[in-house]
Amino acid sequence: MATVASSERGAPVRRRAGVHRRARAGGTGALPMGVVTVWLSVIVLLPLAALTAKSLGDGTGSFWHAVSSRAAVDALAFTLVVSLIAAAINAVTGTLVAWVLVRDDFRGKGVVNALIDLPFALPTIVAGLTLIALYGQDSPVGIDVTYTRTAVLLALLFVTLPFVVRSVQPVLIELDREMEEASTSLGATPGQTFRRIVLPNLRPAILSGAALSFARAVGEFGSVVLISGNVPFRTEVSSVYIFKLQESSDSPVAAAAVSVVLLAVSLTVLVGIRVLERRGGDRGHA
Amino acid sequence: MREQSRTTRLGLRVLALGYLALLLGIPVGLVLYRTFEHGAGAVWSSVTTPAAIHAFQLTLEIAAIAVPLNTVLGVLTALVLVRGRVRGKPVLEAIVDLPFAISPVVVGLSLVLVYGRTGWLGPWLTDHGIQIIFSLPGMVIATVFVSLPFVAREVTPVLREIGDEQEQAAATLGASSWQAFWRITLPAIRWGVAYGVVLTVARCIGEFGAVSVVSGKVAGESETLTLLVEKRFGNFDLAGAYAASALLALIALATLLLMTRLNPRKEGRP
Repeated sequence: MATVASSERGAPVRRRAGVHRRARAGGTGALPMGVVTVWLSVIVLLPLAALTAKSLGDGTGSFWHAVSSRAAVDALAFTLVVSLIAAAINAVTGTLVAWVLVRDDFRGKGVVNALIDLPFALPTIVAGLTLIALYGQDSPVGIDVTYTRTAVLLALLFVTLPFVVRSVQPVLIELDREMEEASTSLGATPGQTFRRIVLPNLRPAILSGAALSFARAVGEFGSVVLISGNVPFRTEVSSVYIFKLQESSDSPVAAAAVSVVLLAVSLTVLVGIRVLERRGGDRGHA
Repeated sequence: MREQSRTTRLGLRVLALGYLALLLGIPVGLVLYRTFEHGAGAVWSSVTTPAAIHAFQLTLEIAAIAVPLNTVLGVLTALVLVRGRVRGKPVLEAIVDLPFAISPVVVGLSLVLVYGRTGWLGPWLTDHGIQIIFSLPGMVIATVFVSLPFVAREVTPVLREIGDEQEQAAATLGASSWQAFWRITLPAIRWGVAYGVVLTVARCIGEFGAVSVVSGKVAGESETLTLLVEKRFGNFDLAGAYAASALLALIALATLLLMTRLNPRKEGRP
């Protein structure tokens, strides 16, 4: 920041020009840019480059062999499907929760609103243990879902709960109620008003929240690892599959190859969200 | 009509709160209940075993390194992203977001492939007697990776919102850009920074997957609190796992309290 230094001490006119340039640069000369670039390269890009190189280290043949093994395909297919289901459920329940938090009023609303962020604050391993307490072998209500695919879904729903709520909530707060009132006064039922007026306005926020929860769910590890039992071909998600591969450590290439596929999925979603947000921004929702 | 909308509202409320209770409220409450059902004494002795104390210290130690690093560089990144006039900003932005989208296990594996014995830098590190994987530096790097985006992500929109008019005014009045940053920019973004720091702390303390891959998991040496929870659970020491979890849950609740206090996402800011 200090690098865009104070060398402009010339004639008044020159000085103003210099000041202007400096002000617009606003603490981002070449050095900060360089520092940030090096930082991101060393911390983020270097490891991912090593990962990609390793996955292709034994040629594309071994890459495909690793990625197309039955266990890898099963794990990836299950991961994608269960994450998609979690995202879809979140789209509905998240919108519902956001609606109740914005439009309804009841005692303790502030506490409920604060608790929504708990899954972000709680370590994932604790989240998994928490679900086992209620839905595990010692369940006080006699429901035991451990080692089933339902357990994985449950864990994913827990950790991704805040995404849709937090993306829909601000849009709902800013939404102009006059449109809804007009719609009602013209004789529309509440259901019609919601479908035709409210929902179209919320759609970008719901979509981006659901996409975020999908991206999160695809890579989830900590909350799933205890409750799912990691049964191969059944409840094993890709991240657990990768963990087992790298732990047995005789097949780092295979672990790297599956990781690259998982990475590609997350990247695609991430880019998709960006495009979505940009489009939403153009329509004036941002 | 009025009656109907009232029932609808109540119905929606019951549905939403019921969902939250079943998924969130009851399970978390039950864990806290299970933890303390045999008295606080048992919990206390369980979280004060040498292994537990060391795990707690190690967790704090890692956070104490990772959080300041990510705070300073996060603010710097946000400044470059918002005020910088360089090409390729969308690419930079995407890189900053990457850690959000990568599975922690993949992060751990990638680090092993760089710093591990057979990794890119492995031979050089071995020659110089430096061990990163299966020791503290590896766990720190893994934690830095996963918690990298928070401060930058929280500060970026605030910077964008405040604009640079005041900074320009300061510059016109002869302030150096360093002075302008300390006196104008930093005070304006301090709540965004604080919120980002709280999120970073929570993530650092709670990180499991990435640390699990790069840690040797030696009790009293390279075991963090989250790894301790997993180990106790695996050893059928459910009470011990609950106790360590309760400790982490309390940290999470404190974090949550701070988050609601600092939340910059008040009405009007998407």
